[in-house]
Amino acid sequence: MDGFGAPPPATAPARPRRARRPAAAPGPRAARPVFPFSAIVGQDELRDALLLAAVDPAIGGVLALGDRGTGKSTAVRALAALLPPMRSVAGCPYNCDPARPAALCEACRGRPVRAVTVPVPVVDLPLGATEDRVAGALDIERALSGGVKAFEPGLLARAHRGFLYVDEVNLLEDHLVDLLLDVAASGENVVEREGISLRHPARFVLVGSGNPEEGDLRPQLLDRFGLAVEVRTPTDLKARVEVVKRRDAFDRDPEGVTAAWAPAEAALRDRLTAARARLEAVIVPDSAIEDAARLCIALGTDGLRGELTLTRAARALAALEGDPEVTLAHLRRMAPPALRHRLRRNALDEAVATTRVERAMEEVFGA
Amino acid sequence: MSDAAVPDPDAAAAPSWAEAALAACLLATDPAGLGGAWLRARPGPLRDRWLALLRDLLPAGLPLRRLPPNAPDSRLLGGLDLGATLRRGRPVVERGVLAETDGGVLLLAMAERMEPGAAARIAAVLDTGTVVLERDGLARRLPARLAVVALDEGLEDERPPAALTERLALPVALDGVQGPLDAPPYDSAAVGAARALLPQVQAAPGVTEALCKAAVQLGIASLRPPLMALRAARALAALEGRLAVTPADASRAAALVLSPRGVPMAAPSAEPEAEPPEDRPDPEDPGEEETDEAARRALEESVVAAARAAIPAGLLAALSPFATPRGAGSAGRSGQPRRAANRGQPIGTAPGELRPGARVSLVETLRAAAPWQPLRRQASPGPGLKLRKEDVRLVRFRQRTETTAIFAVDASGSSALHRLAEAKGAVELLLADCYARRDRVAVIAFRGTAATLLLPPTTSLTRAKRGLAGLPGGGATPISAGLDAATLLAAAERRAGRTPLVVLLTDGRANIARDGTADRARAADDAAESARRLRATGTASLLVDTAPRPQPAAARLAAEMAARYVPLPHAGAAALSRTVRATMAPS
Repeated sequence: MDGFGAPPPATAPARPRRARRPAAAPGPRAARPVFPFSAIVGQDELRDALLLAAVDPAIGGVLALGDRGTGKSTAVRALAALLPPMRSVAGCPYNCDPARPAALCEACRGRPVRAVTVPVPVVDLPLGATEDRVAGALDIERALSGGVKAFEPGLLARAHRGFLYVDEVNLLEDHLVDLLLDVAASGENVVEREGISLRHPARFVLVGSGNPEEGDLRPQLLDRFGLAVEVRTPTDLKARVEVVKRRDAFDRDPEGVTAAWAPAEAALRDRLTAARARLEAVIVPDSAIEDAARLCIALGTDGLRGELTLTRAARALAALEGDPEVTLAHLRRMAPPALRHRLRRNALDEAVATTRVERAMEEVFGA
Repeated sequence: MSDAAVPDPDAAAAPSWAEAALAACLLATDPAGLGGAWLRARPGPLRDRWLALLRDLLPAGLPLRRLPPNAPDSRLLGGLDLGATLRRGRPVVERGVLAETDGGVLLLAMAERMEPGAAARIAAVLDTGTVVLERDGLARRLPARLAVVALDEGLEDERPPAALTERLALPVALDGVQGPLDAPPYDSAAVGAARALLPQVQAAPGVTEALCKAAVQLGIASLRPPLMALRAARALAALEGRLAVTPADASRAAALVLSPRGVPMAAPSAEPEAEPPEDRPDPEDPGEEETDEAARRALEESVVAAARAAIPAGLLAALSPFATPRGAGSAGRSGQPRRAANRGQPIGTAPGELRPGARVSLVETLRAAAPWQPLRRQASPGPGLKLRKEDVRLVRFRQRTETTAIFAVDASGSSALHRLAEAKGAVELLLADCYARRDRVAVIAFRGTAATLLLPPTTSLTRAKRGLAGLPGGGATPISAGLDAATLLAAAERRAGRTPLVVLLTDGRANIARDGTADRARAADDAAESARRLRATGTASLLVDTAPRPQPAAARLAAEMAARYVPLPHAGAAALSRTVRATMAPS
């Protein structure tokens, strides 16, 4: 016997448990500090992509595929702590925006709303989640105790106006992927189950990460992501040492490290806020739109999503860098992440997709 | 199947009990920090002894649990406790094994059989120390700071998913341990003292650098191993009652944590082999403080040397029990066939009648019953939940059976010289097609005297492509061996509930008989017999003739297999893909 037997009797299932959590569940962030975004070493493409998605959610999500142990999920969780807070209707399960009366949910419409400042939701969709929790379902507790048919919103509702993060997205069960695809396309979650018929807005930035060696992503889901980032382990020894040192320091003293990086985080947060304010004012010259189109034609990408995403990402980049106008330099930087996953699908070319984009840029834009 | 030279399993390469016992001491010192151990050992008294040792070293009263293979999510992560829910009339959470083990150690039985999905769930918990429960109408964050001991009974290149082993600091190999099983170097009192001391232990400057460098030199791409080696070094110092990590601690930590994962460079000339630590000239800027720099360098050298020295002598990279089995860079999954659970993928629930074999969806049944409770209570007063037959909801499963396309590729000289590139192109094309339909693919190559499984069934195109890129060419044509391997794999796939399809790419000119002798006539007979055997299993098949001009031999073979015959010269890309699709369509 090794002593690791079946659960001891102490864990009999029927132990009384504490009462249900209060309605406004604290996010996982409240529990412990997360590694500061500004303290991430390298991974520029991933960091840029996440920041740009925060500047302009319309870019349409970020997919980070790559090696293990590169801090993909660290970066996403760090983003949650970085994002400037937003205004939301107090008590609304869908995080309604008080500034947009037209977009209020049914519950908020026609009643006086009170605005509060809340953190932008960054919601984890864990593997093993069941559909009822993702889409929302009948609230069992209220139904059991009071016979009330009430809807308990799911993760899609919580993620509205924020981010929905799926780690190991390539391992997500098919029926959940279908659900995500549908909602991501329509911006709305339609629930039709156990006598509940309801729809609520669900517009979120979908962020996925994973290791392609464990299974590929469905092509339809791949398409949904605005930006696709390849994450590689840094090969430079200095960078590697720095990653390990910072991570270790954080693990040993999370509060101290968080405090030490607080000024950098605040500066980055201000930059983000300023970029958002600037975004609409950034000039997108016709020549830039043409350049984007020419590049997409040269690459033979499907539809207009490529050009649209590329232009949007370039504009967000200009806003983030404080540039008044989108230039070729912005397009060049955003072309690989905006287009590499949209190339005509010879799926086997995935590894050289970046090279193809770069080659096309050389041809179209000149070296 | 590997034709690599097998080194003599001499005693020098054998794992040592002393190292294993030290690993147990380390894990007991910092369970959650080190993540756990990857225990590669057959079940038996030795393994039990190690586990008992670990248990004795851990503080009394820690939760110690064992997770059976393929535990469902409801046990792993938790869910609704139906009994309590019914009794109390409100939802009651049942914690899963992960949350129950909070603060303790979880044993994963048969970790080498674990699916990537389960490994990813456990990995997420190891990373965050929290179970994110979003199931059965429940949303909870349950603390789960724990260490994992993965029991790996894998053969050859069977390994637990890399996502898991990456997060376990201590690879421990027990098979082949000889000699007396001495008491561990530290007793539980010493380990307890070390645990208390650990938060104050500091790593001297240069230790992190040295460990990172050692990891790079061993070809370890991920950054987790050096981070864990650093923690192991601290635990070693704490066990010795020291507040500072010494170079010796770092070296030992490197040997324990890094070496077993090492993939020594293919070309060792890239970096000079462990040279004496002192007399290496300092090539970099001498502007920095020289004494510091020299000490740092000496430390790095000694840690790297220790890590290298601890690699079992004479073992090739691929044969080190913890090294990446194939391919370079990050560790890939060795792709054992997955459980047939995909077949029964739950896709929702529907009202239905209770009958044997039907799976009741308890939560949905509850949901259906819940709104009626006040009404039913009026009709029949009494405690508890009033369930009626019409409340019952059954889980519906997706009946889609998966297809596995097994490509048997003739990589022999006769085929290879002029056609191998085209054959590869054809396979790539078909792979892309399979990918679009999310089929599994496997690639068998045959040449010389044997067939090799280049790629076990997988849905990962990245791996498929890599396997194909490494396809060597040349040699004789053992068609019989190739067909036999395909038949065997097809049978295995069918057992797993998938529908196999064999695509044979060859010019049909067999010249190696089944027993390996070069006899063209017998080779053809054997090939025909193997083809008939494949046919007898009822496996759909396709023969792509890769010869420049269609060969009667290939056509005959196709007839024996009852395969569709497609001469490659005539098969344009689209036509080939159409043919495969047509063959795959259920007849």
